[in-house]
Amino acid sequence: MTTGQIAAQIETTFRQEHGKVLAVLIATLGDFALAEDALQDALIAALEQWKQDGVPRNPGAWITTIAKRKAIERIRRDSNFTRNQQVILDSLKGDEDDEEEEMETIPDERLKLMFTCCHPSLNLDAQVALTLRTLGGLSTHEIARAFLIPPTTMAQRLARARTKIRDAGIPYRVPPAELLPQRLDALLTVIYLIFNEGYVATSGDMLIRHELCSEAIRLCRILVELLPDKPISAEARGLLALMLLHDSRRDARVNGNGELVVLEDQDRAKWDHDRINEGTAILDYALRLLNPGPYQVQAAISAVHARAETAQKTDWAQIVELYQTLFQMTASPVVEVNRAVAMAMAGNPQAGLRILHHLKLEMEEFFPFHVAHADLLRRTNQREAAADAYERALELCQNNLEHAYLRRKLDELA
Amino acid sequence: MKYMMLNYRDEAAAANMTKEDQMQEMQDYNAFFEYARQRATIISGEAVRPTSAATTIRVRDGKTLTTDGPFVETREGLAGFYVIDCKDLDEAIEIASKIPVAREGSVEIRPVVTFE
Repeated sequence: MTTGQIAAQIETTFRQEHGKVLAVLIATLGDFALAEDALQDALIAALEQWKQDGVPRNPGAWITTIAKRKAIERIRRDSNFTRNQQVILDSLKGDEDDEEEEMETIPDERLKLMFTCCHPSLNLDAQVALTLRTLGGLSTHEIARAFLIPPTTMAQRLARARTKIRDAGIPYRVPPAELLPQRLDALLTVIYLIFNEGYVATSGDMLIRHELCSEAIRLCRILVELLPDKPISAEARGLLALMLLHDSRRDARVNGNGELVVLEDQDRAKWDHDRINEGTAILDYALRLLNPGPYQVQAAISAVHARAETAQKTDWAQIVELYQTLFQMTASPVVEVNRAVAMAMAGNPQAGLRILHHLKLEMEEFFPFHVAHADLLRRTNQREAAADAYERALELCQNNLEHAYLRRKLDELA
Repeated sequence: MKYMMLNYRDEAAAANMTKEDQMQEMQDYNAFFEYARQRATIISGEAVRPTSAATTIRVRDGKTLTTDGPFVETREGLAGFYVIDCKDLDEAIEIASKIPVAREGSVEIRPVVTFE
C-alpha cells in the first residue's frame, strides 16, 4: 500500500469508528469533554503508529484502549484533581487489567450518545452541531463550512453545548419508555434537519453539502439498527426511507449547466435505482409495523414518484390522498400547498387554485406558496397573474439556483 | 445533583384569584409536595411575595443604593422556588413539570453549584 492509500484508509477508519469509540469512552469516563480530549490524543497516536504498521484488525478496540490510557494521563496531569476524577481513575485501573489480551469488540453505546446530543434542553443548532461532531466525526471546520459560519463560532457553540451537558446534568442513557417517543421525535428532527441542509440549500460548498446528506442517512441507519425491531422504530425507518428516496434524485436535480431541474422535468434514467429499491423496501417494512407517522407518509409520496416512469404517468390521485393523510397528522399549511399542486397535476387545477386561495393570507411570506400559485396560474393560462406570482416568489427567494429557475419560468411567460 | 426550580407566574392574574381558587391552589401545592417528597429529596422550598414587595440594592463606592422593585422587570414575576436533589436533568424536568405553576406560568431549572 502506498502512503496515500494508508492515509486514506486511516481517515475512513477514523470516520467509521469515531462515534462508536466516543460513545464507549463517555460511558466509561462519565465526562463528555474528557472523552473527546482523550479520543483526540488517541487518534494522534493511532495516526503515528498506523502509518508504520498499517491499520490493525480491530481499530475501534485499539483506539479505545489507547484513549483510556490517555484519559488516565490527562487526569493525572490535571492540577484541579477532584474526587470525581479519583472515581474515574479507579474504575479505569480495574479496566486496564482486563485489557491485557486485546479487546475483540466494544459495546455499541451510540444510541445513548444520540439521545444526549439531541436533548431538548440544548438549542437546536447545538444539537445539530454536536450530533455531527460526535457521531458523524465531521471536524469542527467541516461543520462550520457546511453551515456557512466562522469556525470559531462553531467551536464556541460546541464548547458551550458540552459544558451544558455536564453542568445541567443531562443524562447519558436511552430514555425510559414513557419519554422515548417524544425524545425519538427530537432525534429524527435533528437528522432530517442535517439532511435538508445538504439537500435543499444549494449555496456554499457542494461537496460538503452532499456529505451532510450522506451523514444524515448514515446516522439514521445506525439509529434504525440500534432501535428495537418494534412499532416504536417505524418513524425512524420512515425517515430513512424518505431520505434514501430523495437522495436517489440527487444527480438529476441539477443539469450540466448547474441549473435546478424540478421533479417534473428530471431525467428519470439518472435516478439512483439502488437507492430507490432500498428506500421502498425499508418503507414497506416500516408500514408493516402499523405505527404510521408523517415521515412514513412523506416517504410513501416520494415512493409514488419513484415508481412513475414519467411525470404524466404518476399516480397523482394517490399523492393527493397521501397529502390529505399528512395534513391530518401535521395540520401544516405547507402540506396544503403541496396538495393543491398535486390536485392540479391530477387534472383539477381549479380545485388546486381554490385551496391556495384559502391559504393566501397565512402564506404571504412563504416563497414556495407563490411558486405553487404561479405554477397553477400558468397551467390555467392566467399569464399575467402567473407573472405577478413569479415576481413575488423571486422577491422572497434566498437561493441562487432556485432564483435562476424562477427567472427562467418568468421569461417563458413573456 | 441539586436543582433550583424557580417558579414564575403572571402576578396580576395571581392577585385577582378568588378564595376558592386560592384554596384549590393550596391543595395542589400540598399534593405536589407529597409527590416530590416521595420521588426525590426536597432540600428547601419557599413562596415569595410579589415583585411589588421587592427591594433591590447595589453597593457602589461603599454606598448602598436602594431601589423599589425587582432586579429585572418581566411579565412573569418570581413567585417561589424549590431546591430538589434529583438523579439528573430528566428527573428534574419530570418533577418540575408537576409544580402547579408550570401549567400557567413557567419553571426555570438551574443546577446548583457544588463546591468541592
